Parts: sequence; structure tokens; C-alpha cells
Amino acid sequence: MKKSITWIAAALVSASLSAPALAAETIKIGVQGAHSGDLASYGVPSLNAAKIVIDEANAKGGVLGRKIELVAQDDQCKPELATNAATKLISDQVVAVMGPICSGPTNASLPLFESAKLISVSPTATTPALTLEGAHPLFLRTVANDLAQAELTSSYILNVLKARKVAYVHDNGEYGKGFATQNRNILEKGGVETVLFEAITPDAVDFSPTIRKLRRVKPDVIVFGGYQPAASKLVQQMRRDRVKTTLVGPDGVKDETFLKMTGKDSEGTLASYPKDTSSLAMYKHAREAHVKEFGSEPGFGYYNAYAAMQALLKAIETSGSTETDKLLEALKKNTVDTPLGNLTFNKNGDAAGLGLSIYMAKDGKFVETDHNIILK
Amino acid sequence: MDFQYFIELFFGGLTRGSIYALIALGYTLVYGIIELINFAHGEIYMLGAFTALLIAGVLGIMGFPAGGILVVAALAAVVWSAAYGYTLEKVAYKPLRGAPRLSPLISAIGMSIFLQNYVLLAQTSDYVPFPRLLPEMEFLDAIGVMGPSDFLILVTSTLAMIALSLFIRFTRMGKAMRATAQNRKMALLLGINADRIISLTFIVGSALAALGGVLIASHMGQVNFGIGFLAGLKAFTAAVLGGIGSIPGAMVGGLVLGIAESLTTGYLSGNYEDSLAFGLLILILIFRPDGILGKAKVQKV
Repeated sequence: MKKSITWIAAALVSASLSAPALAAETIKIGVQGAHSGDLASYGVPSLNAAKIVIDEANAKGGVLGRKIELVAQDDQCKPELATNAATKLISDQVVAVMGPICSGPTNASLPLFESAKLISVSPTATTPALTLEGAHPLFLRTVANDLAQAELTSSYILNVLKARKVAYVHDNGEYGKGFATQNRNILEKGGVETVLFEAITPDAVDFSPTIRKLRRVKPDVIVFGGYQPAASKLVQQMRRDRVKTTLVGPDGVKDETFLKMTGKDSEGTLASYPKDTSSLAMYKHAREAHVKEFGSEPGFGYYNAYAAMQALLKAIETSGSTETDKLLEALKKNTVDTPLGNLTFNKNGDAAGLGLSIYMAKDGKFVETDHNIILK
Repeated sequence: MDFQYFIELFFGGLTRGSIYALIALGYTLVYGIIELINFAHGEIYMLGAFTALLIAGVLGIMGFPAGGILVVAALAAVVWSAAYGYTLEKVAYKPLRGAPRLSPLISAIGMSIFLQNYVLLAQTSDYVPFPRLLPEMEFLDAIGVMGPSDFLILVTSTLAMIALSLFIRFTRMGKAMRATAQNRKMALLLGINADRIISLTFIVGSALAALGGVLIASHMGQVNFGIGFLAGLKAFTAAVLGGIGSIPGAMVGGLVLGIAESLTTGYLSGNYEDSLAFGLLILILIFRPDGILGKAKVQKV
């Protein structure tokens, strides 16, 4: 069975290689992400965004006089499926890839894309290592990486809350621990004392020893690295045991469920999250297009994917080419008017021009404060 | 100050430990009778918490007073989960009674996965808030080492454990359970209905786990379909630690584990909480292979 698949794949590859180049051949753009499976809700909105942006471009006659063709590959956000998906995209001769959606599959796919000299632009992969100094020169993303959030939260703790003693509690995961560590690095340089840095097990039956410890070290602020379930458990238990310290968290905490779970205990909790851009004309345009086409509000990562697709098409247009080198140069030079604001890419491939704000829980809602940063 | 801190950690550990103990009792009771590790036991605990949540929701709408809701919800959860435990045994373990020992074990793991996904589909994959039903208890503030829910957990679980001990020791059913645990064949010959005793064991164990589920849900204020897994694993550790098959062993094992975890987090670091729990298990098993209170069993060749 497996062997026959290999043969079919080989036949397909050779067929596509031997196909004669047509004059007005379409420009193929790959979209890789979770289009089915458990995590489909993370990937399907991006696929929708790609469809909408491409349809709009084609309705106007395409780019460089050629139609754009979408080539979707499903990786279910699983690294082991991602390499297959990436290989198929490469053999389909796409000119660039929008995706992958999740950090794990991105990590698995990048070596393949690189050996094929393919640019990939991820709308939602946030692991910092992906854009570390020169690690993946052909990889870009239209989302803030996890470390960027720490820059914002630490500046808030330092300048607005003026904390002197900070406790860090994290869930021992890459995302949570990374956020806590980065905050600590910046705050310690700013002269803030670290009174506690430790992990909790999110599934533990209770957090009482950690709470007792927090009560003993009396921090001015608690930095929490992790996601909503552990955060709400921690806040609830803290408030019940009369620890009134403010909690500062990453975007994993700014979640409706957090508010629902903690009720009035959430009051004053701070979290970083992308700046609200819903008043921008491009945002409204993108939203309406989705509502019209799919009859529902856009889901997770839709606007980031929309921006990524816009950036790719604009790069093809301004460079007048589909060659990787020229595309990359254009991507890094262009400023694109996206639903998230004016987007550019910095030299590492991280999104620049997007804003992050501090949100504060107030009367059962997260309210945007005027403390924000614009990514560089 | 430092002594106060120690006492706080100690009582925190005691609270957690009594929950472990309540669940561990279910493992140990079942193991004592049919030598099966019931891996779906953690899920019964989760079902208990969910049942209480649903009942509390309904009673809340009907306008019952908070304390009354808690009692009724807890009772309903205990009865409902006991029914689940009974059915579980009939469906998943009884048909395999004559099978090799690995078969019921696989069946147990299967039931655990099934029950989790059943709740996931029938209820929700989200975390759901559990209503706050406990009254403020002023006198606890004066002592300052624990909150109302810690107090409730300690009192309730102590009462439940005393009740269980009395039941096992003095009632006819309890005596029959002990006899079956000692020697099933002999008990059968003496006219004890082993099937009924096994069912009873599952009912009692499930009821205790459900009680633990309700207590922890009102303590933590949230419920999710996955809460049974780690709690079940820790309770299993506690049962083995105390000596699996031994009832006082499960109680001691739970408390030792809870207090040890609490003190490690308090004095060392929360990073080692789980490593300590399982490290402790390995250590005790090296020096006392049958657990703290377990009796060495002679293997017949």
C-alpha cells in the first residue's frame, strides 16, 4: 500500500515536472495548516482568509496579468503530517507558502521549504526560536512572537505599576516559561527584585502551597506565564486566600473563559494582546468579506492570515517576479495596508508595525489601556 | 512566622492529601477484592464533580439556599457516581473475570478514555465554573491556617473515612468484604455472594471518589472533563505508597503524599512537586516493596 502511494506520488511529480510551461500559467500559492482534525478551528480561518484575498485579486484580473491559484495542504497541526504537506506543496511548484499555522509543524516544514528555496509566511506561529537571528532567512510571520509580549508587560510593570518585588509563576511549558523568563530578564536589568520564580502543575488538584508561598514573599506584582485554565484557577484560589496582588499575563490569559471562570476575582488582572484595530477601514473590509462569503464572524488568526496573503501578493506585484530572492527583497521593503495596521517585516522576518496593548479586566470585561508598543 | 508558615503548608498538604486518600480508597478496595487496578477510577471522581455541578445549577435556578445546594448536590453526585461505578464493573470487568490479568487492565484504560470523551461530547471541552456555595466561617480567620473549603474537606473526608472503617469492621457486608478479600474461594464456599460483594466494593469506592470530586470542585471553583487523570494517577500513587489493598494504608499514603508535596513546594520549589511524588513512591517501594502499611504476600510457586 505504502509502496504504491510512493509510486503514484513519483508519477505525479514527474508529470508535473514535464508539463509544458503555458504562457498565462497561474501563480500558485500554497496554504498549509490545520484544515481538519482537532485543531481545525485554528487553521480554517486562515484558509478562508487566503480564499478571500485571492478571489479579490483574481476578480481584478490577477497579479502580473496572471491568475492566482490556491493550493491548500492540510497538516492538522501535526509535525509528522507537516513534512508530507510541505513536500506536496514543493512538488506542486508553488511560488510561496502562507503558513504553517502551528509552531511545531512550522519547525518541521522549514528545512524542506529552505532546501526548495521557498518563502513561507506564517500567520500564527509564535515560538520565538523560529526567527532567532538568521535561523530561517526565508521565514516570515505576521504575528508578534511570544517574547514581544514580555517587552510590553515588563515596561508596564516597571513604568506604570512601579513594582519593586515581582514573583513569577509559570506552567513549565515553552510558551509560559518563556514569557516568565523574558519578563524576569528585562525586569532584573531594571532593578526589580525577583522574589519567586517557579512552576505550577496546571492539572494539580490545588495550588495551595504556591499560594502560601506567594503570601509569604509578598510580591508587588505576579507575572504569570501560561494559559487560561491555570490562570483562572490560580487567581480564584489567590483571592479566596486573601492574596490581592495583581496578576500580569500573556495573551493566553486574555480569554472570555478566564472572565467567566473567575467572575469578580478577575478585577484588575492585566494581559497583553494585539491592539484593537477594528476601527481600521481594511479591518472592516476583511470582516465584511468573511461575513458575506461564509456567513459567520472570522475565527482565530483570520486577520493575520489576511495580512500575510496581502503581503505576498503585493510582493509579487511590486517585484514583478515570482523568484524567491526578488520576492523576499520586496516583502522586506514593502509597507502593506492590512487589517492589523501598516505591516512591514524586520530583518529577522518578524512582523513590524503591529501594535500590542495592555488590557485590564474591569467589570467582567477586558478593557484596552493606553499603554501599548508598536513592534519594530 | 516560620512556624506559622510550616503549619499553613502542613494543613494545605493535609487538605490535598485527604482528597488523594478518598480516591485512593477506591483503588485499594477494588484491588483488595479482585486484584485489579481500576484505571477508570479517576474518571468517576470527575463524573462526581460534573454531576454536582449540574445538580447545583438546577437547584440554584430554583432558588435553594447555598448550603442546602451543596449537601443535595453532593448526595446526588455520590449516588449517581456509585451507579456509574456499578455499571462500569458489570460492563467492563465482570465479563473478563476469568480472563488473563492483562485483559481487565486494558478494559480499564479503555473505560477511562471512553468516560473522558463521553463527558467531553455530552457536556463540554471547556472549563466550567463551579458555583461558590460555602459560607464564610469567621472562626477560621482567627486561626488563619485554612479557609472554609479546606476545613470542609478535612472534616468531610475524616468523617467519610471513619464511616468506611466502621462499615468494614462491624457490619455484615463489611465482614463479607473482608472475607472475600482474604480468600475469595473460601468465602464462596461459606455462602458469601462474591458478585454482590464485588459490586458493593465498586459502589463504595465510587461514592468516595465522587465525594472527593465534589469537595475539590467547590474548593477550586472549576470543573473540566480532564481533571480525573492526574488526580487519579496521584491517588493511585498514594494507594501503592500506603500499601495497595490496605484500607488504612490508602489513608496514610494519601496524607503522606499530600503533605510531602506541599512541603516540597513550600520549602524547595514547585518545579519538583510531581518529581517528588513519584520519587517518593520509588524510594518507598525499594525499601518497603509492599508500601507503608502493606503486608508482604508470599508468592506461591
